[in-house]
Amino acid sequence: MRQRLPIIVFALVVAAIPFIPGVPPFWIVLLDNIGLAALVAMGLVLLTGVGGLTSFGQAAFCGFGAYTTAVLTTAYGVSPWLTLPLSLAVSGFAAVLLGLVTVRLSGHYLPLGTIAWGLGLFYLFSKLEFLGRNDGISGIPPLSIGPLRMIDPGAIYFAIWIAVLLCALLTMNLLDSRTGRAIRALRRGHIAAEAFGVQTPRAKLLVFIYAAVLAGLSGWLYAHFQRAANPTPFGAQAGIEYLFIAVVGGAGYVWGGVLGAAIVVILREILQSYLPYIFHGEGQLETIVFGILLVLLLQLAPTGVWPWLMARLPLKQKRKRPDTSLALASRPKAVATSAVLLRLDQARKQFGGVIAVNNVSFDVQSREIVALIGPNGAGKSTTFNLITGVLTSSGGRISAVGKSIDNAPPQEVAKLGIARTFQHVKLVPDMTVLENVAIGAHLRGRSGALSSMFRLDRGDEARLLAEAARQIERVGLADQIDQLAGSLSLGQQRIVEIARALCVDPMLLLLDEPAAGLRHMEKQRLAALLRQLRDGGMSVLLVEHDMGFVMDLADRIVVLDFGTKIAEGTPEAIKTNPEVIKAYLGAVA
Amino acid sequence: MLFLVQDGITNGAIYALLGLALVLVFAVTRVILIPQGEFVTYGALTYASLSSGQMPGTARLAVAMGIVAFGLDLFAARRSLHLRLVGRALAVNIGLPVAVFVLTYWLAGRHPPIAVNVALSLLIVAAIGVFLYRIAFQPLAHTSVLVLLIASVGCHLALQGFGLVFFGAEGQRGPTIADTAFSLGPLRFTGQSLAVYAITAGFIVALWLFFGLTLYGKALRATAVNRLGARLVGIRTTLSGQIAFLLASVIGAISGILIVPITTLYYDTGFLIGLKGFIAAIIGGLVSYPLTAVAALVVGTVEAFSSFYASNFKEVIVFTLILPVLVLRSLAAPAVEEEKD
Repeated sequence: MRQRLPIIVFALVVAAIPFIPGVPPFWIVLLDNIGLAALVAMGLVLLTGVGGLTSFGQAAFCGFGAYTTAVLTTAYGVSPWLTLPLSLAVSGFAAVLLGLVTVRLSGHYLPLGTIAWGLGLFYLFSKLEFLGRNDGISGIPPLSIGPLRMIDPGAIYFAIWIAVLLCALLTMNLLDSRTGRAIRALRRGHIAAEAFGVQTPRAKLLVFIYAAVLAGLSGWLYAHFQRAANPTPFGAQAGIEYLFIAVVGGAGYVWGGVLGAAIVVILREILQSYLPYIFHGEGQLETIVFGILLVLLLQLAPTGVWPWLMARLPLKQKRKRPDTSLALASRPKAVATSAVLLRLDQARKQFGGVIAVNNVSFDVQSREIVALIGPNGAGKSTTFNLITGVLTSSGGRISAVGKSIDNAPPQEVAKLGIARTFQHVKLVPDMTVLENVAIGAHLRGRSGALSSMFRLDRGDEARLLAEAARQIERVGLADQIDQLAGSLSLGQQRIVEIARALCVDPMLLLLDEPAAGLRHMEKQRLAALLRQLRDGGMSVLLVEHDMGFVMDLADRIVVLDFGTKIAEGTPEAIKTNPEVIKAYLGAVA
Repeated sequence: MLFLVQDGITNGAIYALLGLALVLVFAVTRVILIPQGEFVTYGALTYASLSSGQMPGTARLAVAMGIVAFGLDLFAARRSLHLRLVGRALAVNIGLPVAVFVLTYWLAGRHPPIAVNVALSLLIVAAIGVFLYRIAFQPLAHTSVLVLLIASVGCHLALQGFGLVFFGAEGQRGPTIADTAFSLGPLRFTGQSLAVYAITAGFIVALWLFFGLTLYGKALRATAVNRLGARLVGIRTTLSGQIAFLLASVIGAISGILIVPITTLYYDTGFLIGLKGFIAAIIGGLVSYPLTAVAALVVGTVEAFSSFYASNFKEVIVFTLILPVLVLRSLAAPAVEEEKD
């Protein structure tokens, strides 16, 4: 309840404003506009700031929402309340279509695509006969509840701000959940998320639709607020402005969207009324200021105003420790048919003319620690990527628990109980250790986006967090559990990755240079942990350069050089193997 | 039919020029240059204003941006200020635009020959382009493509707003560069359209050769792939960015000067023209010059045909052209590409 206190206060303030005597009606109109913009910006926060998908085309989704209700209420006399779900559905459906086309694209193609369809849809709105072409549709009925018709800005004010507050709550609930963590992991690239079973295209499509539905809601409200709809507010310029709002407020924060909307709407009002006096010019002088401000902001404060403000307020969020007594059901396991957990048979990977992995064969038995060593560039990490499905192999066979996993997607490999860490740490730096580790348990939870938004996922969520907390304790980072992952030392981040991998409830753990950056004591603790895991029934395949660590720990060692396996055997045999010595030290003099 | 194709090719050639500039800037600086359209507008309308004997406001903008750039240069070098450095910054950032401004002021109203007007317009827009990089993008050069893209949109907003202030809401036309015309069968070729073809073809070949064969071209490409690496081997990355913007602004201004005799240009026309260049550049994957040029011709032709058969939906058709392209690109999506923040 304490966490909700600021929101309740904010809601009360918002509710009280229209009743304060002497508030000019013009202010209420401004607040209406702020609320409408905030809804769209909130969707963009989720899409851009959290999910890393930039869209310049959100205004078009407002258009879908507005025109749907405009057509249905004026031409067919449908009640506005009945058109609400339809407006949302139409925006959502448009998002599915456009999303299927665009979300799989990497990086900059998506924003470019959104500019293009933002413009295309604007021209479509302004040319279609049944949408009233450039004049649009007027005479849209106001919202009404019984005898109360929300005609004046003061009446629809409540509808708009109830929508804003509800959506903010739902969005925050969504972010603070299993699905939310998957979305928050998107921005840092998809490889780590996919290695723990997150279906990244689906997660991207989900935020895309969510943002579009929020925009559609804003459009629906706009249509009944203005009681008219024309193409201009749904054009490319407006789409750019929504993104501007999100960046100003702080694209990573739900309330940043609301704050940004307030700043931009009020600023525009001020600029529009004073700039012409200063410059005696005509037309859109405020766009010049907006443009320059946007560039300045990116240069000076790329994270926006909200985090800056939060750092100065004495609101310290207290995090609840998860109750570690809750047990999470273990991963459904395939019945092991043989002692061989993982088998590589002539596995091969070619990049153009370079053969990174050249017909390598080895296997990992159950309850065994196998080390993969070799000089830099020997193909060790590439082998890991072949096993975990990050890379497609050019030949050979790879199987786990008797099942072929040649070119299986990473999510399928994770489902079989193969969990990994990365040579270059892939954590989400602005998520806490607990949240990062909980991503590892993604496949062991089941609550989806809708149940998270309405907080029906709490039981499932508590068990996931409990499991994450247990694994963090197990690797010895209990004191850092609430710190941001980015604030830990590199060695500790590697340990966090191990805890995350353990959350999969794996039978095979793939560790890529886990001891790099660790101090002597930490290495010993890590070795003890790995032995303990092996004795508990898990197998470990690790890449490592620290020979003392490897020789001490491994049951068996596989040596690669230039992509080819040159030796395999017990640590003692490897230490004296002439081929291995030659690979590491050059020809024996 | 045939005249539609001809019309399409003339438009397409302009889109090709712009598409090339976009590919160039993206390849070197990773900036997706939305303000490219403003370079077109500025070039065209500066030329048109000069031709009608007016003083274009863009000359003032160039001086103002130069002063800001000078300030930034001084601030960036505040720990190691010495006279030569200040002198050079002063000459480039203030001396150059002021000289152009004075020249423009002196020539405006005296009806100089067309070539002088063209040269002045190019100079002004080129200065704006270089300063734009210095002021807006150089401080952001290390950030992600997305941040650069948002900044790029900000620049577009500001420059378009200035365009309205300088040139007003009314459209303008400029005098043709070449008046000759001849007919070949049913088609009529004007000198202007021939100039469009020749200049486009020239630029495509020149850029292709420059980036493919010369050491400097390769240095520019290296900057795009890895700024730090490029700096370590001695490439001045800020200079490559400025050169890319210089080329892009000149190309944009030339396109503007080439089309302003053919169609009336408004302060915001450039944005749409630039975006059509974009569609071509996206089809070319933002890397391939020849593919971009071909794609631009397709875009131009589609536009010509749709404006004839379904003129109402011309823009809709042209802009939705991007969707099948994106679908194809997403089907052939690169397997592993880890984006950085």
